[in-house]
Amino acid sequence: MTIPRPRAIVIGASAGGFLALRTLFPVFPEGFPVPILVVQHQPAQGSGPRGCSLLALHCRLPVREAMDKEPVQSGHILFAPPGYHLLVEPDFTLALSIDAAVHHSRPAIDVLFETASDVYQTGLIGVLLTGASRDGTAGLQKIRQRGGKTLVQDPQDAEAPFMPRCAIAHGAADQVLPLNAIARTLKQLGNFQHE
Amino acid sequence: MDSEAEIENLEMRLLLETIYLRYGYDFRQYAHSSLKRRMLQCLAECGISPLSAAIPKVIHDRQFLDRLVTALSVTVTEFFRDPLFYLALRKQVIPLLATYPFITIWHAGCATGEEVYSLAILLSEEGLYERVRIFATDINGQSLQHAKEGIYNLSSMLESSQSYLNGGGQHSLADYYHSKYDLARIPSGLKENIVFAAHNLATDHVFSETHLIFCRNVMIYFNKELTNRVLHLFEKSLVSGGVLCLGSHESLSFTAVEHRFTPISREQRIYQKKVGA
Repeated sequence: MTIPRPRAIVIGASAGGFLALRTLFPVFPEGFPVPILVVQHQPAQGSGPRGCSLLALHCRLPVREAMDKEPVQSGHILFAPPGYHLLVEPDFTLALSIDAAVHHSRPAIDVLFETASDVYQTGLIGVLLTGASRDGTAGLQKIRQRGGKTLVQDPQDAEAPFMPRCAIAHGAADQVLPLNAIARTLKQLGNFQHE
Repeated sequence: MDSEAEIENLEMRLLLETIYLRYGYDFRQYAHSSLKRRMLQCLAECGISPLSAAIPKVIHDRQFLDRLVTALSVTVTEFFRDPLFYLALRKQVIPLLATYPFITIWHAGCATGEEVYSLAILLSEEGLYERVRIFATDINGQSLQHAKEGIYNLSSMLESSQSYLNGGGQHSLADYYHSKYDLARIPSGLKENIVFAAHNLATDHVFSETHLIFCRNVMIYFNKELTNRVLHLFEKSLVSGGVLCLGSHESLSFTAVEHRFTPISREQRIYQKKVGA
């Protein structure tokens, strides 16, 4: 299946996610023409360097935590900060919230996926990776309902299979792929023209 | 306009306009996406769908309106959220405040009070509490009432014990509340210099000259226009050299008042109003 170049890519990961993202991020070339937004579940008050600053070492694109009200930018990988939900606004800026946790998580994958699907509609790719949570399933369903495409990591290939399995069981996956195939697919997305 | 999302957005605009015209509660300048999520969640709990079905209900059913307004305006927080911020406050702001004989503080959007009492604890450890008056304001009456009572779940208090210490706490957080069963009560001594009051950042004005303004993770719920309005209020209220504290992922960059402030701690989002500005 070829997919036209999307207007944004959203990625959700939980247990085992940092390792998976470390595999995924190096495939993006400099100047990748699509914005990438990420929710990785993590404790709110970590000590030591933040996970996303470690991932930046493995990536040619700028990787950092999103600030409230900043514009979405192509070729940047922005993470939901620990302790905040990350949302996309209709004017293509980012918003944060400290509303209640969803599926025991803040940030929650569903919150990013659902708000991004409202804004990008058919132009959104949702990617759900390894995890031991139910988070992400409702978000992927919303993305499909709005005409976007969803990729889910093959549970057999995932460090924690529960989260991708949950999404697949609820019919939320357009494609189920191992991580390296997801990486290849996302890299190719940059080559296609906008719809 | 024909996509589902666009129709939903239209319904939401009409509902917000209805709430404003009928009751005067103005959510029209709130950040769209978080407001919509809250709204849809409240309507789902009440069994109302689609969104526009809430319009006649809001007009005729005061109880439903109250429930919806509460759902849209309640914010939650915790004691010593972002410990490193409190550490920076102790090291970089307290010495500044100590130069004033009397200190007025505005805690805007205090929600249920956890961060107001965190500040009160910090000020008392730094020997300044006797010299301060804290105006703690919020738009939500229920939240304010909760804040005034100062009674919290013991479990959430215990979870914050480490944050208190990481924020430079000199004793134990347990020294600042009385626990009974599964509740923790803030003693009256810590409430003495705090005035809780209703204030709507979207419509009300400056009420006092202040030396320090706390407004953390409140403007994340506002759109750019309302955020700029609020920042103008703060700029007007602060004395020259007064201090403004924002949430850890909020910034003055690209706002209308950016040039009026200099950062005291860029990392912790603590800003000082320029002298003579």
